[in-house]
Amino acid sequence: MKIHEHQAKQLMATRGIPVPMGRVARSVDEAVAAVRPLIEESGNPVVVLKSQIHAGGRGKGTFAEHPDVRGVIVVTDGIEGGPSAAEEKVRELAQQMLGSTLVTVQTGEEGKQVNRLYVEQGVDIERELYLAVLLDRGSSQNIVVASSEGGMEIEKVAVETPERILRVEVDPAIGLAAFQANELAHGLDLQGDAAKNFTRFVKSLSDAATDLDTDLIEINPLVVTKDRQVMALDGKMAFDDNALYRHPDIADMRDETEEDPAELAAKNAGLNYIKLDGTIGCLVNGAGLAMATMDTIKHVGGEPANFLDVGGGATADQVTTAFQIITKDPNVKGIFVNIFGGIMRCDVIATGIVEAVERVGLEVPLVVRLEGTNVDEGKKIIEDSGLKVTNADNLLDGAKKILEAIGQTKGAAR
Amino acid sequence: MSVLVDKNTRVLVQGLGKTGQFHTDKAIAYGTNMVGAVHPSRAGTRFQFEGETDHSGVPGRDDTYSVDLPVYATVREAAAETGANASVVYVPPPFAADAIMEAAAAGLDLVVAITEGIPVADMIKTKRYLEGKATRLIGPNCPGVITPGECKIGIMPGYIHKRGKIGVISRSGTLTYEAVHQLTLLELGQTTAIGIGGDPVHGTNFVDCLQMFQDDDETEGVIMIGEIGGTAEEEAAGFVKAKMTKPVAGFIAGTTAPPGKRMGHAGAIVSGGKGTAEAKIEAMTSAGIVVADTPSGIGEAMLRALG
Repeated sequence: MKIHEHQAKQLMATRGIPVPMGRVARSVDEAVAAVRPLIEESGNPVVVLKSQIHAGGRGKGTFAEHPDVRGVIVVTDGIEGGPSAAEEKVRELAQQMLGSTLVTVQTGEEGKQVNRLYVEQGVDIERELYLAVLLDRGSSQNIVVASSEGGMEIEKVAVETPERILRVEVDPAIGLAAFQANELAHGLDLQGDAAKNFTRFVKSLSDAATDLDTDLIEINPLVVTKDRQVMALDGKMAFDDNALYRHPDIADMRDETEEDPAELAAKNAGLNYIKLDGTIGCLVNGAGLAMATMDTIKHVGGEPANFLDVGGGATADQVTTAFQIITKDPNVKGIFVNIFGGIMRCDVIATGIVEAVERVGLEVPLVVRLEGTNVDEGKKIIEDSGLKVTNADNLLDGAKKILEAIGQTKGAAR
Repeated sequence: MSVLVDKNTRVLVQGLGKTGQFHTDKAIAYGTNMVGAVHPSRAGTRFQFEGETDHSGVPGRDDTYSVDLPVYATVREAAAETGANASVVYVPPPFAADAIMEAAAAGLDLVVAITEGIPVADMIKTKRYLEGKATRLIGPNCPGVITPGECKIGIMPGYIHKRGKIGVISRSGTLTYEAVHQLTLLELGQTTAIGIGGDPVHGTNFVDCLQMFQDDDETEGVIMIGEIGGTAEEEAAGFVKAKMTKPVAGFIAGTTAPPGKRMGHAGAIVSGGKGTAEAKIEAMTSAGIVVADTPSGIGEAMLRALG
């Protein structure tokens, strides 16, 4: 689960990890009201207005409705005009940003609507660094990754100047050791107070990753200020969904408006669904087989409309929900059901399909491939139902048949 | 021969809920030596219920449906009393990692963790705990291990398997069934099929399994089924190139998966340009592994690899 920058910073602040002062705003008035206290408390006449969406590249992104407005804006009007001038500028910008669609390299062309802004104090930056804590699958441990190239895309740094990326493994039994924090500070060429503040920062961040069950914490940039403070200028956190049960406060931070409605509906029904751009809807049991079904559709020249894993013990109700989700996608021109019943019995799935079609209706061709436990009973249920279903002998055969079926539909439409 | 499990494997079950019941019944019907159950607060009682599967095909069983196993408070006690050397974990996610560690502490040879949804942090600690211990962990979030005709530990449907000469290793449950089914239809059969699981932190990996199959006399070829995410398949390909003399065939799921999206399994994600299907297929092909284009071609790929 992802959370917003302002939530991540709030979590960091409560753990004593330095972040700039800031206030979240859901309306223009709230944004304006945040300005004066921030300027007065920080003593810095600059404020920063940051769009809160679950996607990166906000600083370079622009709004679809206001192509000259970027997703993150440094408001400097307060330097000469004082707080009132800053307030005026923030009002003007917030009016354009709130409710508008921010398009960044990570949102895709359709962009994402901005519903919250984060108003933050200005910071006098001396150096920008990169810091992250994430799982290293090879060593089955968390690692801390640091780089002197703050603000850059870390993948690019890894390819172009791999020597500028430092990494240390965090032993789960002892956490990040003091010497490891020192090694990182040294590797980043930090000295004196800056080094001291950095080691404290990185130790706290590594502990936070463990305590909060994060998948990823990424601070880009981590800044060293002119007065040698080390603070998180940006903050991205993602959490292990399987561990959310022990962090109800974090689970409450979920912003459902950031999620695809169909994917959300599927999740609530206990299904694993990811929307794609193709035309063939897929309903499969098992994640690996679901991926392989998409691959096979592509292999024979089609495009999958989705990934959908109904899991190992789907009920007829879940199958119905799955059908509803698939058929709601206007791009879907045909549906391919691919089930290898192990624990899941084919007759249960077949019953679910028949019920789903009766309840949801079916306007596109349906190809069903059943294999495994009670396969004959399953096939018979579908045959007896009188539904217009094409049976397939195996996965490849099924993929070919759904493509043929779509071709026929197109022909009939002409 | 076979690897990991055979007719002498004596199995405990940890996690006596609905799933544990269902699969204990199926395992007994398959002929697996289920010798006891572990539950801290039900010690001294019996794990006793009427199963839904006919057990009459299993030698030495006169009753046909009933399951009746002694329940012990701890794995240590259960192992001492029953001589168990393996356990299967159906314990719910919040408690599953602890169950795995308990089995290891009791000195069992093998723990098969079926549970899906264990927090990554729990598995990081568990993996560290297992270091230096003799216990081998399979999973979690896996279908289990089966040596056809001898021992089935896990949730795979027993009847699609057939004793034969191919070792199977897979990160995905239903894709394993695909491969196994084809091997059975092609009369190649399996020595042992191992589901290593779809989580990013898991016990036994591809390389461990490849080594076991390389050392197993009965195994003549190996199928490895991978998916996007991580670099385990690339490492396996390196091992095949350097150490394996037996033919290997394979398949990688997720060629069409968009980057940044988790495809069901917690471990199946392409991020930062890492873990792509293309890189894995390339590494495997250059190691001499015959990679199938589609899952329907896995059996054929094995035939080609066998030559």
